[in-house]
Amino acid sequence: MIQFENVSRSFLVGDQKVAALRDINLSIAAGDYVSIMGPSGSGKSTLLNLIGLLDRPTSGTYRLDGGDVTALNDEQQARVRSQKIGFVFQSFHLVPRLTAAMNIELPLILAGIPPAERKRRVAELLENYGLNDRADHRPDQLSGGQRQRVAIARATSMRPAVLLADEPTGNLDQTTGREVIKLLEALTEQHVALILVTHDPAIGGRAKRQLQMVDGQIISQT
Amino acid sequence: MLLPDLIRLTTSSVLAYRMRSFLTGLGIAIGITAVILLTSIGEGLHQFVLSEFSQFGTHIINIQPGKAQTQGGSVGIFGSSKPLSIEDALALRRLPNVEYVNTGVQGNAEVKANGKSRRITVYGAGHDFTKTFTFKVQTGSFLPADDPNQARALVVLGAKVRQELFAGENPLGQYLRVGGQRYRIIGVMEAKGQILGFDMDDTVFIPAARALELFNRPGLMEVHVSYNARADLQQVLSAITARLKERHGRDDFTLISQEKSLDVLGSVLDVITFAVGALGAISLLVGGVGILTIMTMAVTERTAEIGLLRALGARERQVLMLFLGEAMLLSALGGLAGLALGIGIGEALHELFPALPVYTPWLFAALAECSAVSIGLVAGVMPARRAARLDPVEALRSE
Repeated sequence: MIQFENVSRSFLVGDQKVAALRDINLSIAAGDYVSIMGPSGSGKSTLLNLIGLLDRPTSGTYRLDGGDVTALNDEQQARVRSQKIGFVFQSFHLVPRLTAAMNIELPLILAGIPPAERKRRVAELLENYGLNDRADHRPDQLSGGQRQRVAIARATSMRPAVLLADEPTGNLDQTTGREVIKLLEALTEQHVALILVTHDPAIGGRAKRQLQMVDGQIISQT
Repeated sequence: MLLPDLIRLTTSSVLAYRMRSFLTGLGIAIGITAVILLTSIGEGLHQFVLSEFSQFGTHIINIQPGKAQTQGGSVGIFGSSKPLSIEDALALRRLPNVEYVNTGVQGNAEVKANGKSRRITVYGAGHDFTKTFTFKVQTGSFLPADDPNQARALVVLGAKVRQELFAGENPLGQYLRVGGQRYRIIGVMEAKGQILGFDMDDTVFIPAARALELFNRPGLMEVHVSYNARADLQQVLSAITARLKERHGRDDFTLISQEKSLDVLGSVLDVITFAVGALGAISLLVGGVGILTIMTMAVTERTAEIGLLRALGARERQVLMLFLGEAMLLSALGGLAGLALGIGIGEALHELFPALPVYTPWLFAALAECSAVSIGLVAGVMPARRAARLDPVEALRSE
């Protein structure tokens, strides 16, 4: 489903070109569970941003569901993000003034889904993630685990094919972290490709496929 | 994104920063209050002045002897022009579209009745005076349609004269001495009040020919012609000019049409209203700068949120709309508050000082609100574009 062919990404720092990713070749299928590990600055986040279409490769081709998405313009990429990709962040990134239910509803609102359908999906997600009694609370009234559950519910509200998680347990204690990981892993059973960036070998080790990155290259795959 | 959702999201951010939104809206509100208040007073003044000038009717042409060479009064009796005669007026009466003609002579004289005397304005008028102008008789009747050159010694009193000389009595049929001659009172005019300092009620009306004699004048001071409202003013003017030239042998008179004077006066007053409105608009502009400042801050503060929206599939246009919507909502709310304040203060002023005319046309209110929203739109464009163009990766990283 996801295919990277010789993808490189370099940045200009001052007048020096710094390569963040070099010649990445990667293919991920629906329902795959992939963890990306490596030290800071190894290019994990850059790779995740490229997969999530938040960034464009300097060279190489990225195919998503067979189509070349590197050639798409901003608006088309936004549509692909909306339809196929979900994000979960380390710092949750919930909108502080909106309730849990509205945070979950946000991608549906942006995609222009009719209100009746939205209501149905949000109710289902609140139920699935055990947030029923937290629906009308704002993020600052929620615990860390609850916040990340809202974020996961939001990331899956558009039923994406790919879920990208950048250190999803980084701001959580171990027990809560493990619960969140289990929720994410459950998604792979519904044929969602889960791609997880982490420092933590205990979490990264649970994935069926593990990528080790150093200096913008994948040095080992299992 | 559907419109109700856009409204819901922008409202949520305006409400999230209540104090800040209130102060920003206040800037616009003060601007709109100033604009509405100033233009309302301007418009009130406009209507007041126009109604003062048009209370005798608008389809009136004033003819004066002598040619006005420049701005200013006519040369009148000092010039070598022929005086306007009662016969001239009768000749004009027969022109097409002319409805009524009044002959006017005015002067001051002492009047006596009931053992009291009073120095007042004496106006020499014709039978058609009340029809030429919209000026009604309260009791009795106006001067009859006598032969203008052999009019009987009859007089009609202004409301104040009647009050001063015949308080509590019926003056009809009694006699009034005007400049030594005895006049029989046949009517009393309704009260009209002062018109630009000239008290119409402290006046008596006698036949024009008798007034000419009384003041020893060779000709009329003015002739008023009222014409059919549907007639073309220019045609009526040229018909009058032609007829008088024919009678006088030259162009020695001046025509002033009420309609044209009102037009000129109206446009002058419009300029004044516009000018005071523009003064108020300066404060509105300052309010717009306030919105620009707040929205620029909001974009900086909410950079991470903008990155998130982009990650969730928001297009640049949607981010743009969200921030523009917020700026416009702030200014629209401020505008509405300003309308309420402006109209409220205007009404209160009118209550406190009834002499101060205040009038707010709906069009002004609608225009003011539109300009408030437009200012929000203009002020919001720059910050909203900045928000829309943020790089999502950079934006997400800022926290």
